[in-house]
Amino acid sequence: MSAAARPRPLAGRRILVAKPGLDGHDAGAKVIALALRDAGAEVIYTGLRKSPEFIVGVAVDEDVAAVGLSILSGSHKELTRDVVEGLARAGAGDIKVFVGGTVPPEDRAALLEAGARGVFTSDMPLDTVIDALARELA
Amino acid sequence: MSAVPKPGGKPAAKPVTTPSGIDVPVVAGAELRPGGPLEPPGAYPFTRGIFADGFRGRPWTIRQYSGFGSAEESNQRYRFLLEQGQTGLSVALDLPTQCGYDPTDAMARPEIGKVGVSLFSLSEMETLFQGIDLGAISTSFTINGSAAIIYAMYLATADRQGVPREKLTGTIQNDILKEYVARGTWIFPVKPSLRLIADSVLFANEVTPRFNAISIAGAHVRDAGCTAVEEMAYTLANGLAYVDELIRRGGDVTRFAKRLSFFFYVHMDLFEEACKFRAGRRLWAKLLRERYGVTDEKALHFRFGVVCGGSSLTSAQPYNNIVRVAIENIAAVLGGAQSIFTCAYDEAFQIPTEFSAEIALRTQQIVLHESGVAATVDPLGGSHYVEWLTDRMETEMLKVMDEIDAYGGVVKAIEAGWLQLRIAERALEKKRATDAGARVVVGQNRYRRADQSDSYGEVFRLDPQLSQRVLDKVAHVKATRDAAGAQRTLERLEAAAQRDDENLMPYLVDCCHAYVTVGEMVERLKRCWGEFQEPVRL
Repeated sequence: MSAAARPRPLAGRRILVAKPGLDGHDAGAKVIALALRDAGAEVIYTGLRKSPEFIVGVAVDEDVAAVGLSILSGSHKELTRDVVEGLARAGAGDIKVFVGGTVPPEDRAALLEAGARGVFTSDMPLDTVIDALARELA
Repeated sequence: MSAVPKPGGKPAAKPVTTPSGIDVPVVAGAELRPGGPLEPPGAYPFTRGIFADGFRGRPWTIRQYSGFGSAEESNQRYRFLLEQGQTGLSVALDLPTQCGYDPTDAMARPEIGKVGVSLFSLSEMETLFQGIDLGAISTSFTINGSAAIIYAMYLATADRQGVPREKLTGTIQNDILKEYVARGTWIFPVKPSLRLIADSVLFANEVTPRFNAISIAGAHVRDAGCTAVEEMAYTLANGLAYVDELIRRGGDVTRFAKRLSFFFYVHMDLFEEACKFRAGRRLWAKLLRERYGVTDEKALHFRFGVVCGGSSLTSAQPYNNIVRVAIENIAAVLGGAQSIFTCAYDEAFQIPTEFSAEIALRTQQIVLHESGVAATVDPLGGSHYVEWLTDRMETEMLKVMDEIDAYGGVVKAIEAGWLQLRIAERALEKKRATDAGARVVVGQNRYRRADQSDSYGEVFRLDPQLSQRVLDKVAHVKATRDAAGAQRTLERLEAAAQRDDENLMPYLVDCCHAYVTVGEMVERLKRCWGEFQEPVRL
């Protein structure tokens, strides 16, 4: 199916895809960014090695509806907490945070408790991720 | 696609392609590969291997990648692996060390010891190799942006152990071009990074003649989503870029080419993977001979290590990964790899436990000692299908290399983000094919159980006190070293970095001996050179 023929459930949504910390594995972040774009979203991608403060700043400046954090280094707990808290401090607690990457099942509840609205892993179909975002951002 | 029935016969078989998109014949016969018999193993252009006696002369090196937490913990794991029959070490470093930050840096703190061991100064490497004779073991470091520093630290550690430098064997990855494309542990811009690589390779030629100062790696672009054909083509293109740089710096290609090595992933299509190595080995020898006039056979040898696993592994039904890795291990042997790392079944999503690490090691030992695949040289050689596929892959690799040349060369393609975007688009294609079930992944998108647990099994947990212990050690090193001496070596390093024609390796070794930290050295070099600016292009 060509990109033009795909459904666009995220049309009109601005989403920031971000790589916090030093992890350089960006294949997943880029695949998600391209897939969200094909689903109609306006996607901003930070590139590698960004601090939580930087990510919060971009999210606020760009007035995004959601931030997707891609983390494969095992530092997901610390980095998710820092971004969620940073957004709240910046008065942008309405920006929803999602996490993707290698997150052991045992850690997923902890991320949700820390304020993430969803945790996605690489074996999930893209449509599942897009549907979840469309519901959360409706 | 509907199969067209043959008149009066069965319907034509459904078309099948390899993961690189090459149409696979239903039956391969002699007509697929006209031409005479192949050259024997050990003869140019080395389709059948670089050694006449294959693994009969010397088996591949069993080299499991490992390292986590602090130097003390990793030292324990290395001793365990060596006691279990592993024949070479492969050091995983944490991200702060790889990206050139001290553990005390705010960017570093959440990542200390997470994906590898923290080696912030010589003190840590001395501990890492305590009780391990560096003159008797070969060590591989997956290090790139700060590779010259880690190589210097290894030399300093050998000096402290009293091991003559010329006895050292091993490899530093030291391949920055692919870091810009896929793995992301770059530090400096392209030009000074190439200088550091040339410095370390030329220095190693003189000082550690048995040490590979670069391992040109396709593994990471492959795991980022490109095909087997593209993996080899991009890697050979990067290899040629390094050859050009080393020649520009006055290196003798016949000499330094003997110490160039390569590193790849092995994924699941057994024949495509084996043929990838046969084709790549032949193509590299031809390129060096035809473009650079190299005639010394040893300099034409394409020597490579591999990793089996990576993104071909799944978190769904993780024990299936043991089977996948075994198949990939066989493909690597059939392709003639010089060293092999088999991932543990849980490696795709966590640091392996001692239990899973041992199974991965035993997999190689079973393939080596029980399966018989290493008994004769290139047992696939002469198979109609294998020789045809080897030829086809070589042709396809050359096409990809021509596309890069047409764009303006690999450095330009990387600086503009063109190559990165190509790989991301390929990864998206692969993901969509998996989602649609066109690419079957057992246990994930086929034969998934309704009640399937998504647990990873036993989970490896790092010591939660680890970061603090490492931070304490940094403070201790800084408080106990000769502060004035450390400053002096740093000043000299910075002054040398400002001169374009000076080899920085002796200065880096001096810094290491003075217990200067990785972050301190990198900071000085950043002052001279700045940092790489990532092209973000979607």
